Amino acid sequence: MAEALASPTDLAPTRRAWRPLVVQVVAILAAAAALVIWLLTADLSPVERETLNARSLLQLIGQHLWLTVVGTVIVLAIAVPLGVLLTRGPMRRFAGGVLAVANFGQAAPAVGLIVLIAAAPFLPDGFWAAIIALVIYAALPVLGNTMVGIRGVDQRLVEAGRGMGMTAPAVLFRVELPLAVPVMLSGVRTALVLLVGTAALASFINGGGLGLLITTGVNLYELRVLVTGALLTALLALLIDWAGRVVEHVARPKGM
Amino acid sequence: MSDTATARSEGDERTITGKAIRLEGVTKRYPGQQRPAVDGVTLEIPAGQVVMLVGPSGCGKTTTLKMINRLIEPTEGRIVLGEEDVTDIDGDDLRRRIGYVIQAGGLFPHMTVAQNIAIVPKMLGWDDARVKERTTELLDLVSLDPDTYRDRYPKELSGGQQQRVGVARALAADPPVLLMDEPFGAVDPITRQRLQDELIRIQHELRKTIVIVTHDFDEAVKLGDWIVVFREGAHIAQYDTPERILAEPADEFVESFIGSGAGLKQLGLQRVRDVDLAEAVTARPGDSAADALARAEAAGHGHVVVVDERDRPLSWPSRRALQRMTSIPEAADPKTPVVGSGATLNDALDEMLVSSAGAALVTGHRGAFVGVITVEVVMAAISAVRAAASDAMAGAPVGTNASDPAARGSDG
Repeated sequence: MAEALASPTDLAPTRRAWRPLVVQVVAILAAAAALVIWLLTADLSPVERETLNARSLLQLIGQHLWLTVVGTVIVLAIAVPLGVLLTRGPMRRFAGGVLAVANFGQAAPAVGLIVLIAAAPFLPDGFWAAIIALVIYAALPVLGNTMVGIRGVDQRLVEAGRGMGMTAPAVLFRVELPLAVPVMLSGVRTALVLLVGTAALASFINGGGLGLLITTGVNLYELRVLVTGALLTALLALLIDWAGRVVEHVARPKGM
Repeated sequence: MSDTATARSEGDERTITGKAIRLEGVTKRYPGQQRPAVDGVTLEIPAGQVVMLVGPSGCGKTTTLKMINRLIEPTEGRIVLGEEDVTDIDGDDLRRRIGYVIQAGGLFPHMTVAQNIAIVPKMLGWDDARVKERTTELLDLVSLDPDTYRDRYPKELSGGQQQRVGVARALAADPPVLLMDEPFGAVDPITRQRLQDELIRIQHELRKTIVIVTHDFDEAVKLGDWIVVFREGAHIAQYDTPERILAEPADEFVESFIGSGAGLKQLGLQRVRDVDLAEAVTARPGDSAADALARAEAAGHGHVVVVDERDRPLSWPSRRALQRMTSIPEAADPKTPVVGSGATLNDALDEMLVSSAGAALVTGHRGAFVGVITVEVVMAAISAVRAAASDAMAGAPVGTNASDPAARGSDG
């Protein structure tokens, strides 16, 4: 029994993986601080003072986040179960078709999608119209990565599980899904970033969010309003991306 | 031959914990394929024996194996485990009662060694204390130190260690039957030989019914009490003991499958435990070297075997080496030739040739030292095997295909 002992996992790589995350969050906070200082010291016009005060900015950020969160929850509730279903036995043959539809949803210009849904007579407008468009737009990465993640699980492990007498659902929940988590989470993170960016378009149909600053800035030719809206949207997307990476890092199954 | 025949079955004094398996006219047809993948196999697998399924790739041996635990559902035929017809019972229930080992162990990478082993016991509703106790017992059984390995993840183990854990996991709920699908196909030759020896030792202790699929005929000869040679469609070309298949292949197909050197392969039939071992003077680390030397001289032995607290051999210093020591060293000498008592004489000879010692230390239960095997003993045993050829086939299990076309009915 003189097989060489496999060396226990090094801790160093884990610590190294944290470094870019720290850099990312520090950079985001620094940029946000710079924006705040710039706004506080700038000589603002009356219109700008109306829109660029702390209370209304926080309200817009809140609306923006709410659009993102609701959109994400609905995307997860639809795309994850659908992705799982499309990897199960007989349902597998529909996978191609569903992916094509999801691809179409993402390929369609988001702005067109949003306006189209708001204009359709039988669909709601405002907040819920924006949500429908966001969900169509962001479903693909979650759906696709759920399927890819589950398909990527070594089939021999599935067979080992079944061979031990695990039921099909037990194999799904205890083997396939846990092993697919890293790939699925990266799809969720992509969807989140897409949602934050696209939610800026909700203001076109009266859905609120940071897009309001951008449209106001464009319409009234208020450059500072426009820049603030664009920067805040970008920083929010980066922050959400950072949060997603942290979750991915923490939720990665041990031993992988 | 009666000598070696009785020697091989001497382990029967231990209780057989395995159950017999009977396949009755089992057929597997896949839609869209004209010829069945498995064609009406009737096969008796005796309780407590190791049966090897061999044959060229695509011959249906793996399909046959997977129909025993109904991972693949047979199209026709009955499967009987012990006295119970299990053809129609719940498949998951059935599989919880049958150990299953695949290539490279098939361990779940996101679970620790202990969690992997605990899967079936947990499904059977064992309480935590019992599961923990069983895990420790099993890791001990497969020669992995429980405290070191319990909480490791599979990627922290070598291939051979993963395979050991795979075997421990399959044995977790003490199933009467163990199915193994090319279990040692993914490891290097040296590790494979160790794992094979280990399996032989474990089987010697447990006496399960074990069915192993392999494409390696030498492995079949080494591990099997019986060998089934399949040709395409899982048609049984020969079902016999390794001795008989080597001595009297049923037809040209079997002969070509055995390959060249059938005579030499017979040397792989006899195990170290079947021959007389020489005794040795043992000492423990820290003992006085002079004292050990005196004992070796008194016994007329040239070497002293140093064993650890669990009697596992560490090193094998000569008398000359002892003269230069004051106390027995603690260090293990990796060059010490060691074979398990389940190893074949072929392996033992290999080990001796590699170490150029002309002898090897034999270990038995849990790696404890039991004696010394010498080149002379091996040579004597080899002559005996060669002299005896084939005999005694009483009580051979049945293995046929329904070859009469009329009996197959729906096949046309």
